[in-house]
Amino acid sequence: MARKAARTKEVEGRFDAVPEPVRHSPSPQEYLDFYRMMLLIRRFEEKAGQLYGMGLIGGFCHLYIGQEAVVTGLQAAITPGRDSVVTGYRDHGHMLANGIDPRVVMAELTGRAAGISRGKGGSMHMFSVEKGFFGGHGIVGAQVPIGAGLAFAHKYRGDGGVALTYFGDGAANQGQVYETFNMAELWKLPVVFVIENNQYAMGTSVNRASAEDQLYRRGESFRIEGLQVDGMDVLEVRGAATVALDWVRSGKGPILLEMKTYRYRGHSMSDPAKYRTRDEVQHVREQQDPIDRAQREIVAQGIATEDELKAIDRAVRAEVAEAADFAEQAPEPELSELVTDVLAETY
Amino acid sequence: MELRLPAMSPTMEEGTLAAWLVKEGDTVRPGQVIAEVETDKATMELEADEAGTIVALKVPAGTDGVKVGTVIAEIAVDGEAPRPAAASQPASASAPPRPLQPAPGAPAAAPVARPAAALQPAGGRRMTVREALRDAMAEEMHRDERVFVMGEEVAHYQGAYKVTQGLLETFGERRVVDTPITEYGFAGLGVGAAMGGLRPIVEFMTFNFAMQAIDHIINSAAKTSYMSGGQMRCPIVFRGPNGAAARVAAQHSQNFAPWYAAVPGLVVIAPYDAADAKGLLKSAIRTPDPVVFLENELLYGRSFDVPEGEHLVPIGRARLHREGRDVTLVSYSIGVEVALAAAAELEEEGIEAEVLDLRTLRPLDEAAILASLARTNRMVVVEEGWPRCSVAAEVIAVAMEQGFDDLDAPVLRVTNADVPLPYAANLERAALVKPSDVVRAVRSIL
Repeated sequence: MARKAARTKEVEGRFDAVPEPVRHSPSPQEYLDFYRMMLLIRRFEEKAGQLYGMGLIGGFCHLYIGQEAVVTGLQAAITPGRDSVVTGYRDHGHMLANGIDPRVVMAELTGRAAGISRGKGGSMHMFSVEKGFFGGHGIVGAQVPIGAGLAFAHKYRGDGGVALTYFGDGAANQGQVYETFNMAELWKLPVVFVIENNQYAMGTSVNRASAEDQLYRRGESFRIEGLQVDGMDVLEVRGAATVALDWVRSGKGPILLEMKTYRYRGHSMSDPAKYRTRDEVQHVREQQDPIDRAQREIVAQGIATEDELKAIDRAVRAEVAEAADFAEQAPEPELSELVTDVLAETY
Repeated sequence: MELRLPAMSPTMEEGTLAAWLVKEGDTVRPGQVIAEVETDKATMELEADEAGTIVALKVPAGTDGVKVGTVIAEIAVDGEAPRPAAASQPASASAPPRPLQPAPGAPAAAPVARPAAALQPAGGRRMTVREALRDAMAEEMHRDERVFVMGEEVAHYQGAYKVTQGLLETFGERRVVDTPITEYGFAGLGVGAAMGGLRPIVEFMTFNFAMQAIDHIINSAAKTSYMSGGQMRCPIVFRGPNGAAARVAAQHSQNFAPWYAAVPGLVVIAPYDAADAKGLLKSAIRTPDPVVFLENELLYGRSFDVPEGEHLVPIGRARLHREGRDVTLVSYSIGVEVALAAAAELEEEGIEAEVLDLRTLRPLDEAAILASLARTNRMVVVEEGWPRCSVAAEVIAVAMEQGFDDLDAPVLRVTNADVPLPYAANLERAALVKPSDVVRAVRSIL
C-alpha cells in the first residue's frame, strides 16, 4: 500500500514521476535479518521499559515498540558510514538498526561511563561518528534542518551520500521543517525526509493537530514529492526505500516518505495514554503488528520454521539480557567527567 | 535647486562620489541615474528627483569623504527660473575615480579617532574592520576546502553590510551560499553541515535575527560535544553585526553578548579593531568548537592597522590597548572605543586609565582582568548593552570573588540605559553609553 502525491511536478511534467514502490522481495536471509532486527529493537525496548521501572533509567525515555518496521526497512537500504542518519528523541531503534552495539546504547540509558555518550547524553542524545548516526535530538523538529545540513555536506563533497532524516507527525507541524523543505528542494539536497506518523504527537492525534493530515502531501508547496507507505510492513518500507533512495541519489532532490505506523506504548514512560482506548492499541497489535506479520510470512513461505524463529528470539533475548547486565554493572562516569567535553579545545 | 548628498543607509555619514553619469548642460528626467555613490555598505545609484538641466557639478567624480548633506550639483528644475551657475570644476561623466582628493567645499574624510597608546606593535596595512573580516574568511577558504559561508545576501548582493564582498567571484556559488530569509532553518542546516564534516560560516544579517535561530545555536551546536561525550564536534562560526546600529530602534539594536556568553559549549568573541577582527575570525574558523562571533555595524567602516601576512589572534586572551596606573577600563567591541575616548579625556586631567579589551567573552580571560586590577586597584566596566545580567556584571563578579584584596573602590559598570533602544535621535544618544559617562564614573571612585 503506497500512495503518491499526484500533483505539481508530475502533473506539470516538470520531472519524472516518482515510480510506484513495489513491495520488496527479500532473499530468505534478508527476511530473517529484518525479522531479527525488529525483534532486537522490540526486546531491547521492552527491557529498557523494565529498567526504567526499576529506576535504573531516568528522565525521559521514549520507546519505539510498534514502529520497528520503519527503521528496519529503511536502514537496510543505506550504507552506514557513507550515508547519514538523524532522528529525534525516540532513537534507540535507530541506533540498533544502524548497527550500533546494544550494550553501549543500554549503558547510555543507565547513565554509565561505557555508554555511547559516556553517560552524558542519555536516551535522547546519542551519536556515532563511526556509523554516521548524528543523533538523537531532544528538540522536536530540530533534527530536520540538521539532516538537510548533513545532505548539504554530502552534496558539497560529492561523496554520493544521502541523509536519512526521521521525524514524527508532531514535528511535522514545526515551522523549521518547512524552512528546511524549501532549502532542500531549492538546492536539490540528497535528503530523504521520513515522517514516522505514529498517529499521536504526545497525546494529540494527527487529525486534531494537522490541517492536512495526509502528511505525505506536506511537501507539496515546495514541489517535494511524497509517498505514503504502510510502515507496519517491513517489506513495504524496504520497497519504498529503494524508490526514495534512487530518486535522491539521481540528483532529483529530496523526497518525503510518510510512514503510517503506531506506537504501542505511551509517548514517554510517564504517559498514562488516556487519549486512546485500550481496544485501539489492542486492535493494531493483533491486526498489524510488523513482527507477527513477518513471522507469519517467513513460516508460510518456508524460509524458517516456528522453532527456528523461536531460536532467533532466544538469541535476541540473550543479547538484550547481556546488554542490560552490562548497562547495570558498568560504572558511572568519573566525577572528573563533569567538566570534560564542554569544548574540544583549550583556550 | 541644490542637489545634496543624501544619507543612503542608517549609518552613512559620508560617501565617495564614485562617478557622475551626467555632465553639465545635460537634461535629466525623474528616476534617471545621475551618479554612483559608494556608501559604507554598497555602491548606490543616485537618481534625479525632477526633470531639469544640470547647471553645475560641484563635487568631482572620485571624491572621497563627501559628507551627507554636501551640495554636489546644481540643477535647473524645469519650470523654475535658472540661477547663474556657481563656479565649479567640470567633471566628465567618464572620468575615472580619483583617489582621495578632497572635493572643493567638501571637508576631507574625517580622520578615524585612534587611541593614543596602543600596546600592539604598530604597522601593517591600514584597512577597515569590514575588509579585515572579509580577508579572514577568504584566507581560511583558500586554506581549507571545507570552509564555506552561507547567509542572507552573502553572495550576489555582496553582503548586506559588504562584509562578504568579492567572495562569490573568488569561490563561486558552491562555497558562498545565498539563503532564503529563514534563520532557524539555515542555522540548523549549518549545524548539520558542521556535524557532517564541513566548516560553515553562518552569517546573520544581524544578530537580532539570530533570535529566531537561537535554539540551534544553543541546543544543537553548543551542546553537541558534551552530549556526545566528546565524540561529535560542531565546528561552526555564527557571525554578524551585534549591538546598536544607528537610529534603527529597539528591535534592531541589541547586544546579545551576555546571552551567548552565558552558555557553556560556546566560544563567544567580540572584537574591536580590524587586526583582532581578522585574527580572531581566522582562529574562530579553525577551532573545532562552535563560535558566536559578534561584530559591530558601526565599527565596520573604521580603519586600523592590520599586520601583513598570516595573522592569527588566540581565542580567550584579552588585550591591553593602553596602560595606566590609576584605573582599569574593561570593555569589548565598540565599548572599547568609548573606553579609549574616556581614557584620552582622563589623561588631560592627569588620570592614567588602563584600557583592557576582553575580545573573547567566553572563555573569559580572568587572569588579564585580575592582573590589571592588581596594577590599578580600581575598575570600571564599559559595555554597549544593558546593565542587568551583563558581561559587566560578570567581570564585576570576577573582580569581587577573586580580586577582592586588590580593590580600593567598588567596581562600577557604565552601560546603556536599561530600556529598549529608542528611535528619536536625542533619546538614542541618551540611552547609549558614552565617554562622558565613563569619565564621571572614574572620577567618582578616585
